[in-house]
Amino acid sequence: MTTLLDIRGLTKNYGPITAVDNVSFSVDQGEVLGFIGPNGSGKSTTMKIVTGFLTPTSGTVEVAGQDVTRYPLEIKRRIGYLPEGAPLYGDMTPISLLNFVCKVRRLSKEETKRGIDYAVEKLHIANVLYQPIETLSKGYKRRVGLAQAIVHEPELLILDEPTDGLDPNQKHEVRELLKEMSGKKAVIISTHILEEVEAVCSRAIVIAKGKMVADDNPLALQTRSRLHNAVGIRLPVAQAQACIELLNGLGGVHQVRTTLETATMVELLALSKDSSEILGSVHSAIDEKGIQVNEIYVERGRLEDVFRDLTFAVEGLQQDPDANTETSNA
Amino acid sequence: MLNVWIVARREFSAYFTSPLAYVFIVIFLALAGGLTFFFGQWLERGQADLQVFFIYHPYLYLFLIPAVGMRLWAEERKSGTIEFLLTLPVTTGQIVIGKFLAAWVFAGIALALTFPMWITVNMLGEPDNGVILAAYIGSWMMAGGFLALSACVSALTKNQVIAFVLASALCFIFMMSGVEIIQSFFRAWTPQTFVESVAELSFLTNFNEVSQGVIDIRDLVFFLSVIGVALFVNAAIVEAKKGV
Repeated sequence: MTTLLDIRGLTKNYGPITAVDNVSFSVDQGEVLGFIGPNGSGKSTTMKIVTGFLTPTSGTVEVAGQDVTRYPLEIKRRIGYLPEGAPLYGDMTPISLLNFVCKVRRLSKEETKRGIDYAVEKLHIANVLYQPIETLSKGYKRRVGLAQAIVHEPELLILDEPTDGLDPNQKHEVRELLKEMSGKKAVIISTHILEEVEAVCSRAIVIAKGKMVADDNPLALQTRSRLHNAVGIRLPVAQAQACIELLNGLGGVHQVRTTLETATMVELLALSKDSSEILGSVHSAIDEKGIQVNEIYVERGRLEDVFRDLTFAVEGLQQDPDANTETSNA
Repeated sequence: MLNVWIVARREFSAYFTSPLAYVFIVIFLALAGGLTFFFGQWLERGQADLQVFFIYHPYLYLFLIPAVGMRLWAEERKSGTIEFLLTLPVTTGQIVIGKFLAAWVFAGIALALTFPMWITVNMLGEPDNGVILAAYIGSWMMAGGFLALSACVSALTKNQVIAFVLASALCFIFMMSGVEIIQSFFRAWTPQTFVESVAELSFLTNFNEVSQGVIDIRDLVFFLSVIGVALFVNAAIVEAKKGV
């Protein structure tokens, strides 16, 4: 595995405001890194520094071993970049834009043809190639933006909110494309759609107020959720009270919540103490008592909770401990 | 060099994908012709030269050239494409020069389209075509100077209208710096050498010599230096304004 991106102690100040605060991480070939954080947390600024658009206040950024401030042109050749909002020349057509990018990137005729064919096919933009970009829908604009980022087969692909504005099918296609391309490259995407991180990223970095607050793979991040290893139970209303009492009596159960209540059905969620596994004990206790349940499952944890936990404190917001679940029944 | 050419070509074709190019050319030709015939009384003068044609160029450029230059950077900043452009493997300097050249060539084309004037004067009499050529070159150089100033101002703002107004004002100062009002303003509180150097910066003074067919290398150097300095400042502004 070769390290394609290495960031050390990166800090960026805008006057008195610190947009990026001592961020360090590296990305290897084959990794798909999800960069997540609230709006204004410094994701875009970090990306703009890596792509050579902004210069860091302090710290170093190396792409394939070369420092971005010393070798900006070499590094820009290796990078494919989709800026936030996919800004493109509205007066150009997608084909003229792609040709322009290939020329600036000094691709040979064959490389240009191959690159454009590949990008056009993967992003399904063949039918709009000759229409001015300003007349295209948001989804098409975004895809043209992605096309110009991959046309030269970059080693490092940096995409700032690549699926923003796409419909669910298009999002799915872009994610498939990212997975497919990830093998030979390193990919960094910023997003606040957390399902995207679960779907495509091999690693996630959470950033809040310019500081890195987590760097882990998405599954490991999920286990940090307070809901990790909680047991969900769906059962008829008649059995609910007995079940709640039973669960509250169990040693491993921290809290029982009613997450859904209809005329006939109740859904309960038993939160485990210190996220340890409680399915076994819950299951056998229910069996012993002879409580009839329709469904029982283990909650793996929700990235959304983890995200909120990690970023709320840093953002200086007050967190309601039950903000993410409905009613408490402890 | 190749990068400059690629950037310039894209920029140049951008002029012609919007109505701006055509509006500009039509207005420029109409005004240039109109001023010559009606204000300059070209035909009534009965002289086979284009002096009254060229004499109005500085005033035409004063507001037409900022209209060509205003979009160069303001539009990129407004639409965010500046981030796309500056993260391509091209230097800021190459982009600054490429954009300027595209606009300058465009202005040159508009100027060249006044060729019917030249044909007319040749049909009516026997003008000194060397003088006319010199005046054309001088006019194009002056357009370059105004354009470089306009491009520079355009990099300061996201708003094209502000860019236009500020560029016109700046061009006006440069144009008029040899005129008595501006001179007396400086004379009151600055040393004589400064007043003289301000006068030297006057587009009007430099152009008037050229338009009479006296191609003095110093006048060309003057316009080229203005272009060079303005573009250098332009690049510095682009660099400084990136993060804002």
